[in-house]
Amino acid sequence: MNKSVVFGALTVAGLAAGAAAAGTLDDVKARGKLNCGVSTGLVGFAAPDASGEWKGFDVAVCRAVAAAVLDDPSAVEFVPTTGKTRFTALASGEIDMLARNTTWTFSRDVDLKFEFVGVNYYDGQGFMIPKELGVSSAKELDGATVCIQTGTTTELNLADFFRANNISYEPVPIETNAEAQQQYLAGACDVYTTDASGLAATRATFENPGDHIVLPEIVSKEPLGPLVRHGDNEWGDIVRWTLNALISAEELGVTSTNVAGLGEKANPETPEINRLLGTEGNLGEMLGLDADWAKRAIAVEGNYGEIFEKNIGESTPIGLARGLNGQWKNGGLLYSPPFR
Amino acid sequence: MATLTDPPQESFQLSMLLNDTRYRSYTFQFIALIVLIAIMAYLMSNLFANLRAAGLNISYGFLTDPAGYDINQRLIEYDSQSTHLRAALVGILNTLLVASMACVTATILGVIAGVLRLSKNWLVSKLMAFYVEAFRNVPVFIWILMIGTFVTLSGDAPKAFLGENPSREMFLGGFAFTNRGLYMPAVTAGAGAGIVVLVFLASIVAAFWWRSHVKKTLFKTGKLLPAWVFWPILIVPAILAQLVLGSPLGLIAPDTMANRFNIQGGLLLGKPLIALWLALSVYTGAFIAENVRAGIQAVNRGQTEAAASLGLRPGRIMNLVVLPQALRVIIPPLISQYLNITKNSSLAIAVGYADITATLGGITLNQTGRAIECVLLLMLFYLTISLLISAVMNVYNKSVSLKER
Repeated sequence: MNKSVVFGALTVAGLAAGAAAAGTLDDVKARGKLNCGVSTGLVGFAAPDASGEWKGFDVAVCRAVAAAVLDDPSAVEFVPTTGKTRFTALASGEIDMLARNTTWTFSRDVDLKFEFVGVNYYDGQGFMIPKELGVSSAKELDGATVCIQTGTTTELNLADFFRANNISYEPVPIETNAEAQQQYLAGACDVYTTDASGLAATRATFENPGDHIVLPEIVSKEPLGPLVRHGDNEWGDIVRWTLNALISAEELGVTSTNVAGLGEKANPETPEINRLLGTEGNLGEMLGLDADWAKRAIAVEGNYGEIFEKNIGESTPIGLARGLNGQWKNGGLLYSPPFR
Repeated sequence: MATLTDPPQESFQLSMLLNDTRYRSYTFQFIALIVLIAIMAYLMSNLFANLRAAGLNISYGFLTDPAGYDINQRLIEYDSQSTHLRAALVGILNTLLVASMACVTATILGVIAGVLRLSKNWLVSKLMAFYVEAFRNVPVFIWILMIGTFVTLSGDAPKAFLGENPSREMFLGGFAFTNRGLYMPAVTAGAGAGIVVLVFLASIVAAFWWRSHVKKTLFKTGKLLPAWVFWPILIVPAILAQLVLGSPLGLIAPDTMANRFNIQGGLLLGKPLIALWLALSVYTGAFIAENVRAGIQAVNRGQTEAAASLGLRPGRIMNLVVLPQALRVIIPPLISQYLNITKNSSLAIAVGYADITATLGGITLNQTGRAIECVLLLMLFYLTISLLISAVMNVYNKSVSLKER
């Protein structure tokens, strides 16, 4: 009997996945709300603020998509997911897109049947350790106890790094960032490892951030980006090009303050901005949206650079430099395909 | 002329399936079975159709791939290059370890609390009532989290014990309670250790033979042989063997100098294991206490009074008269408590304990994305282990149940 119940549950989950595989755009429009999977709380990337409103770098992507599709940046149902639940939530159709600092890997893309639509943050795995331990390199961590968030790529990178350097460690698997923080501060583990951006965000919430250092070694490539289900290319295109619109907007100098003015009528000197903002051509129509889709997406929190500065940039407690996440013209890796 | 008619022939007619009470229940059972099978088949075919549509298939090939992750507590050899199957095996052993430890302590705790709750001492009985009500009315998950946090916050970080001038000395030179667990001296086996162990095993057999011999002689001849010889027989030969062979079995204390982060060597009872073990024990112990109380109260008062009038002391009345009869009532619900412990141990990941749910159902499931396969395997494991526990406990139940002739 027990067995049949679980089979039933699995089947229902399977049915939901099957039903949701096609026409996500129509579903979202009919529902009037975008279901967006985010993390359970990582300050700067996705966390509710004092008034309970979700704020952050990943949250901004969700809001931009909601603005493009539904003309309402607040029409987003944020679904907090853990490292373990995020893929099931997306595959089962519980959420329409996942923007939860998720690393783009081969097996997730190919084997788990997801579609990464781009990269919104180029990251790498780092180590945080209390200053008083006097460690200056990750290679000195022989014998240390390491807290890891379970169900992430960091687990595998960590094992690879220590094996490659022929040093030992004790892993402590932990479910959420908040729990890891507690264990680390209580001294139950010497080191906390996750993406360097996450470490910076976590350290920013400490009472004395200065007592902890992030070691210089970055042991992996972690391109973080939003993703959708395989098999609904129209929906994938919308999320992909909304992200690209934010990136292109920074490159082209379109900001939250001037987007309304620039989008009023076509300016013959800036054809690419015209196409982006829908005053020229019919790119919005090709996506199945209206001409103003990108204008609305940019108007929410500004272009990529503005979102970055507002949520995780150097003026925020998290204090991340642009680094790899600068525009290609400034030596970074951000390079949006042309709007044409 | 009298005509004899044959008694009416029992002929089966189709309408009897509905109208005859002898067959009607079978008809309905049969229909229910068909419907159940049809529903199952429909759900299964749906599952497979959807999996096919999503381009997924059910395959257990991933079990032989390298797992790629490390596990902090392992009873067998394992590293990140071992297979997922081996990781699952490590998890299974960890589950069995914590479940068997918790079964033993929960039983001891439960029996003590159950007996004491019936004590005539007001304070003791109320204290036990408080224990039972407090622990069984809070979810076990909360207890696991609370005890885990308690251990984390109550112990020192191992750093306090490390280095040339540690701020904390190890207890008795070999025990250190830290927020990562309890470090203890480990047993080392030199040449000839096997002999010492063999001698000890032999003396266990000899000691128990002596005990039964004493009993037999007492019943047969009425002569009371010295029963205390049991202990010397048990201990002395092994100690002699140890001394003669030049101490092949030794203790090695944890090393506080070898590493700057952790105490090395020795035996570590990890924090996750301690937290999970304690939480499962105290939680299930409260339920077992109630079973024990029910069992004792099920024994007629007359039994106690009769034993008392024979001049037995209260302790002996409990051990010789009441408990053996109470066991008949206690054992069946005790089986389900053991099953509960085993199943509740799947909450292990809350404190970072690497049981089967955390390895196969957690990290492996996540890294391979093979959710259905992993969950089916998990179900199979818990089902098997639960049925095994039931089978063993039922055998024991038979042996203590009332022998009806």
